[in-house]
Amino acid sequence: MDALINLLKTNARLTNAELAVMLDTDEKTIATCIETLEEKGIIKGYTAIVNDELVDDENVTALIEVKVTPQSQSGFDAIARTIASYEEVEACTLMSGTYDLCVTVSGKNLRDISLFVAQRLAGIEGVLSTATNFVLKRYKDNNIVIIDEETDERGLISP
Amino acid sequence: MIDYDKVIVNAAKEMKPSGIRKFFDIAQKLEGVISLGVGEPDFQTPWKIRQTAIKTLEKGKTTYTGNRGLSELLEEISEYFEDTIGIEYDAEKEIIVTVGGSEAIDISIRAMVEPGDEVLIVEPSFVCYAPMVSLAGGVPVPIATKVENKFRLTAEELKEKITDKTKLLILPFPNNPTGAVMRKKDLDAIADVLKDTNIVVLSDEIYSELTYGEKHCSIAQCEGMRERTIVINGFSKSFAMTGWRLGFLAGPKEIVQHIFKIHQYAIMCSPTTSQYAAIAGLKYCRSDVKKMVDEYNMRRRFVVDGFNKLGLECFSPEGAFYVFPSIKSTGLSSKDFCEQLVYSKKVAVVPGDAFGESGEGFIRVSYAYSVNHLKEALKRIGEFLDEFHNK
Repeated sequence: MDALINLLKTNARLTNAELAVMLDTDEKTIATCIETLEEKGIIKGYTAIVNDELVDDENVTALIEVKVTPQSQSGFDAIARTIASYEEVEACTLMSGTYDLCVTVSGKNLRDISLFVAQRLAGIEGVLSTATNFVLKRYKDNNIVIIDEETDERGLISP
Repeated sequence: MIDYDKVIVNAAKEMKPSGIRKFFDIAQKLEGVISLGVGEPDFQTPWKIRQTAIKTLEKGKTTYTGNRGLSELLEEISEYFEDTIGIEYDAEKEIIVTVGGSEAIDISIRAMVEPGDEVLIVEPSFVCYAPMVSLAGGVPVPIATKVENKFRLTAEELKEKITDKTKLLILPFPNNPTGAVMRKKDLDAIADVLKDTNIVVLSDEIYSELTYGEKHCSIAQCEGMRERTIVINGFSKSFAMTGWRLGFLAGPKEIVQHIFKIHQYAIMCSPTTSQYAAIAGLKYCRSDVKKMVDEYNMRRRFVVDGFNKLGLECFSPEGAFYVFPSIKSTGLSSKDFCEQLVYSKKVAVVPGDAFGESGEGFIRVSYAYSVNHLKEALKRIGEFLDEFHNK
């Protein structure tokens, strides 16, 4: 299972036939395994890693540090769930360190994001403060180098 | 005017440039070539090893070491042998840290081969053995292994080539380029042939960590063989440390003491930074090796399956990171196949005959590449074959 997950993490577009060969099993087993992983919620989805700069350089992404007061019953969960439910939010993670939630938000422009922070995020009960950090350039994401072609330092042929 | 012809010794003049080199020159001139030709890992040296090297450089630990190598490294290597092949070698008398496996091969041959001596070289194999033997004045005697024997050396093949001049047997398993391994029973059969002779085995086990399935077995483990075997190994392939140039050899002190003198005078000592780094490798990075092996194994199955599907019959290798598919179905020679492939589809693979005549009809394909890279290369080879058959 772990090997299958790792392979899919590096390339989710490998076919079941290819996965079966690499893991020394058959296609049917792979199909069943993937189904199980999806049913159990271990695999939550599949996505493409896109170099946005080449698609739409108007897009803006921000990582927002959010400090919150934990609720007596639910701790951070209730607030985090509320934030995560907003469609502008791409990612929401509970952090250790100087703030509590790291919220990734994308918008068409700076205004979009500042409106989101001011109107939606800051208004949630329990949110103490926010600090918005805009993404300037992405160099690597999900283990994939975005900005340059990965080069092979090795020669073409060696003994 | 200086007569250069008189300057160079005949043995060097007669040395043929490596077949790999020639092909490299062709591939190098073309643009956009994707290669399956590299004989080194695509992993980076584990960070712990690199970090150790940096730290020792910062501390200025850059002097010569003892001729044999750092004592701590020699101890670690001794333990490594005990752990992996269950043989005890005296760290002070029976092990030498060398400049890659290559130096170990060179100085072992120089210590044991005299003009006229015959040296049996199992082929196809790494390109350096025969030139080194010839340089020492020895006579290289190739023993061709066969695909129907899984490219293993058989006792019969060995017996056939032994004469009263035979001095050494060079036994390179796991094998570059075929990926073949010798199992214990195969080695026992070889040991049986050698036990009553005066022939020494030079066992090049540089790929010993990269086996898929059964654990590596050394001929030195066979009864009566420790006393007549020089085991060569190193850090290049297992710890992804090719550029660090660090290998080692081990054998009975009666032989190693003489090999040692050549090392002492020719090399002084192996690179100090690399030696410190290697200690960290053996101490802390064995699990990294395991991870690399798992990754190679997946790619191995992927590539073997890929070639078989393309109709290039591919023996399933059990070691190293090469596959050695047969291209005989195309009717082309290895060289022609590789040249046409690189010109038309810009995929570089190495002609099998670069590793000895018996490699003719095969190509060496390295799978020390990412799966996506391998996929693209296989796709192009498929296109090449389609176009070739439709001509």
